[in-house]
Amino acid sequence: MLACQNVHKRFGDLEAVRGVSFEIAEGETYGLLGPNGAGKTTTISIVCGLLEADAGEVVVAGRRMRTRSVGAKAAIGYVPQELAIYPDLSARENLRFFARLYGLSAKQANRRVDEVLAVVGLADRAREQTKNFSGGMQRRLNIGLGLLHRPRLLVLDEPTVGVDPQSRNAILESVEELGREGMAVLYTTHYMEEAERLCDRVGIIDLGVLKAEGTRAELVALVGEHDRVRLDGVGDLEAAAAAASTLPAVCAASVENGGVQLLVEGARNLLPELLQTVARVGVAVDAVEVDEPDLEAVFLHLTGKALRD
Amino acid sequence: MRAALLIAEKDLRQRLRDRSALLVAIVVPLVLASIFGLIFHNVTGGQVTFTYGLVNEDHGSAAEAFEQQVLAPMERRGLVEIRREPTVADGRHLVDQGKAAATFVLPAGMTAAFDAGRRTQLRVLGSADQTIGAQVADSIAQSYASRVDTIAIAARALHARPPAAFAAAAAPIALADVSTASRQLDAGTFYAAGMAVFFLFFTVQFGISSILDERRDGTLARMLAAPIRRSAVLAGKLMTSLVLGVISMTVLALATHFLLHAHWGNPLGVAILIGAGVLAATAVMALVATLARTPDQAGAWQSMVALVLGMLGGTFFPVSQAGGLLAKLSLATPQAWFLRGIGNLAGGAGAHVVLGPAAAILVFAALAGAAAFLRAGRLSAR
Repeated sequence: MLACQNVHKRFGDLEAVRGVSFEIAEGETYGLLGPNGAGKTTTISIVCGLLEADAGEVVVAGRRMRTRSVGAKAAIGYVPQELAIYPDLSARENLRFFARLYGLSAKQANRRVDEVLAVVGLADRAREQTKNFSGGMQRRLNIGLGLLHRPRLLVLDEPTVGVDPQSRNAILESVEELGREGMAVLYTTHYMEEAERLCDRVGIIDLGVLKAEGTRAELVALVGEHDRVRLDGVGDLEAAAAAASTLPAVCAASVENGGVQLLVEGARNLLPELLQTVARVGVAVDAVEVDEPDLEAVFLHLTGKALRD
Repeated sequence: MRAALLIAEKDLRQRLRDRSALLVAIVVPLVLASIFGLIFHNVTGGQVTFTYGLVNEDHGSAAEAFEQQVLAPMERRGLVEIRREPTVADGRHLVDQGKAAATFVLPAGMTAAFDAGRRTQLRVLGSADQTIGAQVADSIAQSYASRVDTIAIAARALHARPPAAFAAAAAPIALADVSTASRQLDAGTFYAAGMAVFFLFFTVQFGISSILDERRDGTLARMLAAPIRRSAVLAGKLMTSLVLGVISMTVLALATHFLLHAHWGNPLGVAILIGAGVLAATAVMALVATLARTPDQAGAWQSMVALVLGMLGGTFFPVSQAGGLLAKLSLATPQAWFLRGIGNLAGGAGAHVVLGPAAAILVFAALAGAAAFLRAGRLSAR
């Protein structure tokens, strides 16, 4: 659906994007994770045809994307980071304007506007000027505007920045739903939890360079980190550690501070089998603690700094 | 084209909801035109009626010619009101009481003196308090005397009796200057046209400058991400400016015609001038917008340009009548040519008289438009 090949972009002395390459398959949700100023917005501006790359190539749905491309842009739904709606127009007027701009006929636009209003939960406020909307409602409309023409690729640039927790959750659920419906999604964020929750694959970007990409497990493996599991219980803990160490996914097991400490691969999947194993040696587990290495740890490992630095 | 129309439609919808646009485009110019028209009614060529006394002691053909051929036509046009008095004392009393600006005294024997080729006096008793009216009366008398002298000389040359020529003597003075160079508009029309074209330059800002607002608000990026050409955004904004300008000017022309009794003249001529004026205003404001980085900067610069061009172009005061460098400088503004075009129509002339001024305005439009076009990429850049 999307292929970025060795994309470069410079603003004066600042090289904002340096040889970024990644691909997104149909129905895949791809997260571009990086701190502010990492080059995320510049990258997706090039992907959406808002900026011309100095070098490299972007292909969307088989068509090369340039600022003057029309066909390639038709395949993309763009949701900018900042609210991009007309406050003095109603939600329906905002949606209808952009629907027509994306080539829908008047009849198609009316029908699609009704559908999108329902999707973003604004059907009952459709005729109200958006300046009267809450921030969360405006955010939802902002996303709805990107869905009007049923794009094959939805590009969301940090859509949850400055959003209250309730609206944020609604936005994330919407994106998950779109992903389930088969829409390819390019999602930029500097929130590790969002990338972990939404994305099939994640690209970690910093200082304009794509440091690494892959599934969460691939990225975690890339930096050699394992999940940590601690079991507290009653019984022969040494025997429990020995039994657990026989499982293929367990890399190490020992008794420390009155509990069994394990280094494992894929703790969540392993837990049922692990608990059965220690139960067989007579240990009654009364507490389990799982500590999974996250993308934050990966980012720290790759860049030497935290995501929010 | 479809995208440009959609953008223009959306912009016009926004402008209709924006009361400030309505104020600038219609209300303020209408109010100012009314105020200025009332203030300057009798100063800048408003319809003036001077009252004069007339004492005819002659009753001969020369006096009759003055009365019938000179004063009567002016009276019929409402330019003067004549009050006939039996004696010079009555005529002077009329002036002293302020009931007349001047009294013409046609002395006994005036016709006989003309016939004999002798000198005689057509006296004007002017009011010290109504100097303009008195000066006009003096001019009427002098012009008549000059005409009679010319006829007498010609008659002597032909050995004919001069009185026969008196009947053919036409009205010697027109109170309004109808030369092409400086047509006079009545105050109501002058300020109606002046305020309309002055605020036109502010009104069209709402179209082309909104692209800077959209850039600031992020909606420009959203539009540019849509499958439309970048030129469609510019075209839509230009259309908005043009439509706003035409609507504003048309409404003001009609409103001032019906409410303030402004005499704009031939509708086709006015339409040509409005069309040219709107193009020039849009082009000039587009050029200024391309020089600005922010909406606030654009608004400030455009206001300054509109104000300077408006003042220089004589929209507040008839600068063209000041003569000299100022009058010449005023011709470097589309506003001055617009007012000149309206002035040309004032005498009831056909639309052809505005072609020159319209062409001059279009030269401004072309020059500013070309410069704006060369810089237009900056406007639609994200």
